Amino acid sequence: MSPVNYLYLAALLFAIGATGVLIRRNAIVVFMCIELMLNACNLTLVAFSRMHGNLDGQIIAFFTMVVAAAEVVVGLAIIVSLFRSRHSASVDDASLMKL
Amino acid sequence: MSASAVHSLWTMAAPIDKIDAPTIEYTQLLPTLIVIGAAVLGILVEAFVGRKARYYVQVFLTVVALVAAFAAVIGLAAGGYASTEAKIVAMGAIAVDGPALFLQGTILLTGLVAVFTFAERRLDPAAHGNHVDSFTAQAASVPGSESEQAAVKAGFTTTEVFPLSLFAIGGMLVFPAANDLLTLFIALEVLSLPLYLLCALARRKRLMSQEAAVKYFLLGAFSSAFLLFGVALVYGYAGTVSYAGIADVVDGTVQTVDPALAGTMGNDALLLVGAAMILMGLLFKVGAVPFHMWTPDVYQGAPTPVTGFMAAATKVAAFGALLRLLYVVLPGLRWDWRPVMWGVAIATMLIGAIVAITQTDIKRLLAYSSIAHAGFILAGVIAATPDGISSVLFYLGAYSFVTIGAFAVVTLVRDAGGEATHLSKWAGLGRRSPLVAAVFAVFLLAFAGIPLTSGFAGKFAVFKAAAEGGAGMLVVVGVISSAIAAFFYIRVIVLMFFSEPKPEGPTVAVPSPLTITAIGVGVAVTLVLGVAPQYFLDLANQAGVFVR
Repeated sequence: MSPVNYLYLAALLFAIGATGVLIRRNAIVVFMCIELMLNACNLTLVAFSRMHGNLDGQIIAFFTMVVAAAEVVVGLAIIVSLFRSRHSASVDDASLMKL
Repeated sequence: MSASAVHSLWTMAAPIDKIDAPTIEYTQLLPTLIVIGAAVLGILVEAFVGRKARYYVQVFLTVVALVAAFAAVIGLAAGGYASTEAKIVAMGAIAVDGPALFLQGTILLTGLVAVFTFAERRLDPAAHGNHVDSFTAQAASVPGSESEQAAVKAGFTTTEVFPLSLFAIGGMLVFPAANDLLTLFIALEVLSLPLYLLCALARRKRLMSQEAAVKYFLLGAFSSAFLLFGVALVYGYAGTVSYAGIADVVDGTVQTVDPALAGTMGNDALLLVGAAMILMGLLFKVGAVPFHMWTPDVYQGAPTPVTGFMAAATKVAAFGALLRLLYVVLPGLRWDWRPVMWGVAIATMLIGAIVAITQTDIKRLLAYSSIAHAGFILAGVIAATPDGISSVLFYLGAYSFVTIGAFAVVTLVRDAGGEATHLSKWAGLGRRSPLVAAVFAVFLLAFAGIPLTSGFAGKFAVFKAAAEGGAGMLVVVGVISSAIAAFFYIRVIVLMFFSEPKPEGPTVAVPSPLTITAIGVGVAVTLVLGVAPQYFLDLANQAGVFVR
């Protein structure tokens, strides 16, 4: 199968993730959608790596995984602390500051 | 199919007999290595040093590391790396050249001043006999709960802010020096992740602080996902992530074209969409319209010393990365990115200045003012001339010190609930404490770009570069929005000096020498760069050449 199909799949996953970030209200789900976007990036990188026949893309994919893990650590800590003080992880409820 | 044939499907590369070890130029990487090393040491200090001594050890370690790193930057610049000896180190990952060293020096100095404001412990009244700083006693405790009160009573302090700020500074040092797209992405994350945490650590108004952190984190992660997808697309287009390699492919001067590259090179959509997505990620960090929505909320909710640090140092680092991307990687695409950046710059200047007029909170007001300033700096970026680079460098240096100083003044004006950030409370401040009000007025005049302040010299430099670079229209819009912005800066000055103080108005806390130093440095840099900018303009001019 041509690697180009993986690019289409990755673009689709990225779009699904981006849409999810924009329409979902629960901070955890929003965060999972961001992770989906990062994974779509990984798929794109690996597919391009295969097409070009060099390893740069695969190496970047490893770095992305580490970054995603670090982001989970920081992000979940922040979201959990918000949840504990508000008993809600909704991004719409957190609106103390408005224009 | 034989086993080896299957194996070759997965590996692609021929079996490797021997791997050449990469060469790392430790001397040229010294500033970054010192800062990151000190941050790691700071984590160990958290683990092994007793609670009472920890604050002093951390402050000492952080200050020594930042001073040593700054000395290393000066040493490299004196060694000619800022001009003739500029080179690319660490196997093509990091550039050591004029803009990188100039911005690293600026980031280290602003970081040092910001750390002074982090360490300030005299503004809040002592709780149970313990001096407290601007950061929460224990971030894990629920605001208003018994565990929080217990933590305050036990005298806990969040000294982790010092290693966190060092990690952020480490990322910021790499960000403007990154010479391939992978390093750019990693540096972005290394600088962002500690900042998300720092935002959540305010001692007062903790719900707002946590809310600011969640907003900053979700939007920041969203934007860095876009940046990464852009990196993937540009890698797909050029088959490499190194800046020079991509620039060659964009210019069409690439030496060897294999069939795969020939296929992707012809696909301009990959390049245009990819470059747009990378720019989106960088413009988010810069706080340019339409990616500015996070700025006011995060600036308002974060602890004020952190806000000052973010507003100054992050902007310097992000503009450095933006300059290198546009001037080193995408000069061949100039006719495509310039119109887009025109639109972004005009929208940023006008929206920042106009929306700031309606603000009633001093931190939100400064946030919108920082958006407007991002627009002014973008005008210099768009010039696409050597003068454009040097004027942006000068503006960033001048602006960052004014910003840190202004936010440090905001920490001084307090009432029973902590900082009194509502503008109405600042009425008559000039009658009650003329010195603080006068210092703040100097910073506001510098923001407004009044002659004899650094703001004027910086604005003059970027607008001159923009006009000479063929962006005269931008200069007109810039001057109009400067006039609009001057209105609300002057309004605050009038409010402070020409209105009656309210009887239940805020008090001005007497700070320790730490905050006095931070504000003093801000005033000194503002006046020196305003009265005698020539030396620093020359410095920025000499530093304004990118290595490729």
